[in-house]
Amino acid sequence: MHAETEPVARLRDVTKSYKVGRTEVPALHDITLDIQAKRFTMLVAPSGSGKTTLLNLLGCIDRPTSGVVEIAGQAVAELGENALSDFRAQKIGFIFQGFSLVPVLSAYENVEYPLLLTGMAAGARRERTLSMLDAVGLAEQRDRRPNELSGGQKQRVAIARALVKHPQIVLADEPTANLDSATGAAIVSLMRRMQAEVGATFIFATHDPHLIAQADTTIAMRDGGLLKTGDLAQ
Amino acid sequence: MMFKIAFRSIFRNARRSLTTTLTIGIGAAAMLIFAAYSLYDVYILQTTTIERGGHLTVFRKGYFDFGSGDPAIWGVGDYANVVRLIRSDPVLAPLTEVVTPIQGLGGIAENPGTGSSRTFFATGFVPADQARMQRWNEYGVGHNLESTDLRTDDPSQGVIGFGFARNLGLCERLHLSGCPTLPKDAPERDNGTAASLPSQDFSGLGDTSAPRNATPSIDLMSATAGGAPNIVTLKIARVEKQGSKEMDDGSVVMNLGLAQQLVYGRGEAKVTGIVLQLHRTEDIDAARSRLQALFAANHLNLEVRDYQEINAYLGQTLGFFRSMFSFIAVLIGVVVLFTVSNTMGMSVMERTAEIGTTRALGARRSRIRSQFLLEGALLGVLGATSGVAIAFLAAMMINASGLTWTPPGDAHPIPLKLYILGAPQVTVAVWAVLVVIATLAALVPAHRAARLAIVDALRHV
Repeated sequence: MHAETEPVARLRDVTKSYKVGRTEVPALHDITLDIQAKRFTMLVAPSGSGKTTLLNLLGCIDRPTSGVVEIAGQAVAELGENALSDFRAQKIGFIFQGFSLVPVLSAYENVEYPLLLTGMAAGARRERTLSMLDAVGLAEQRDRRPNELSGGQKQRVAIARALVKHPQIVLADEPTANLDSATGAAIVSLMRRMQAEVGATFIFATHDPHLIAQADTTIAMRDGGLLKTGDLAQ
Repeated sequence: MMFKIAFRSIFRNARRSLTTTLTIGIGAAAMLIFAAYSLYDVYILQTTTIERGGHLTVFRKGYFDFGSGDPAIWGVGDYANVVRLIRSDPVLAPLTEVVTPIQGLGGIAENPGTGSSRTFFATGFVPADQARMQRWNEYGVGHNLESTDLRTDDPSQGVIGFGFARNLGLCERLHLSGCPTLPKDAPERDNGTAASLPSQDFSGLGDTSAPRNATPSIDLMSATAGGAPNIVTLKIARVEKQGSKEMDDGSVVMNLGLAQQLVYGRGEAKVTGIVLQLHRTEDIDAARSRLQALFAANHLNLEVRDYQEINAYLGQTLGFFRSMFSFIAVLIGVVVLFTVSNTMGMSVMERTAEIGTTRALGARRSRIRSQFLLEGALLGVLGATSGVAIAFLAAMMINASGLTWTPPGDAHPIPLKLYILGAPQVTVAVWAVLVVIATLAALVPAHRAARLAIVDALRHV
């Protein structure tokens, strides 16, 4: 049982549309939503329903066409470009479907990179990075480049990179899509464990039933709108 | 981390980076080799000029502008005291290698054996001073003039140009190889309309009584400072090829005493100028200022001219090399600009998703911009550094090859050398300019990378 907590993300009447030529194509409409902190929240929807768009708004890498997005108590619209970058650097972690590791950096350097963006001192950075690599079971492989790692190992590095700065929100877009089922399951349980350790809110966009089975909360979407929200933890 | 990413990213597409680096490198090497060649050429010209005429020449005020046509009346009187004043000055003494009087003059020369005559222009030197001047080698270019063999013990000896000897019909007498004799069908002077020199009464002028059999000699006639004709006999100690036909056909180098005898006769012996050869060319301004102060303090009506003022072609040659170098530099700069810009543009395109990721992680736009600017700069550093290495290697090979060439204004071939160590500031400047160009070339791609929308960048495949 989870106690009711303050929402870490609040969306009010959010719409998002893209311009394709002269045509406005709506991606999200009338999204009003609270996401509770420290939960495993799943955005569940068929492809093209706006999951990734919603995830982008929650991750502050895109801005809504209208409406209010508040993350960790901060209205995103109030932040300028640099402040928004700094906000992401401090508060938000990302896990991408294609791992998106920097190919010229080792596992260690990939994990260390977000800490550099927060301005953490070198000693603390090293300690935190090594500890996180150890936590995801990659202490031995820390000097390997991404092309020397398996898919599961790459995703572990991506998880470590997302969590190393102890963010308030971790956004994961189809994190198990490129992994076989056994590796996917291992990654899911790793994320669960890490979530418990770090205390971050995980928000997933996924089709993966293994992952959905781990959800505390599910948010169902269709055609750019919310279908229903279910707190499975209660 | 930024440097690490930049450095490693360069080697991600090794072939493309190698091509870019080589383009910059070859451009840098071309500029440096040309600069080294130009510098060596300029140093040789400078050395030759300073060996012959020193750094500074003291003239009677107004001579430089008005007196070259009639040096006899613009002579510096009491020159021995002026020379002594300069040599004993505590400021000038440590700066100067040689302080020596010279006499310039012109006139008509005749070969009494054949009756051939032509105009000449001569300079009279103190033999020992001239010999010292000819050893000047500040730049270490190893190009010292051959001794003119002027002798103190026989002031009547002198050196003439090869063409001058040919014009006067002295080739056979002097046993000059490669010196043609006058063809039989050569045109002859019309004695009915113009008087030839031999018909004039030279024998009554000056001292032409020196024995003629031992050493071939010519008669030199000029007007004295008083306007009277005068004549001396010059024994030909040596014939020397000059760089230009004009010089070769009319030049005479003689003992100062003989030159003064011709110009001033029995009057007060003056000189055209007093030459100062300095140890180091960079002391010219200091020496000039001191001379001017010295002349003002002693109420001497004298002026000082440097070797570049006296030899205008030197400045023109320097200007020519500078403009050539600038032209080459601009061409290479444009090539480097477009090559690096293209490479960086490709790099941004290939790494769009990576840019999206790092931006999502919290990297500011400025960081992305700096990242790509740094990569451009690194390409410039690698390219320019390899260019410097290529240039040094090429210079070493060329310098060791034994190739020779004949510089403009010179008569003899000298070793072809690239003076790559001669101007480290040029090497540094070429290196720095190419790095700056490479960095600037990355500006547009870097700006484009920084402005990418994160969600678009993340979607990029």
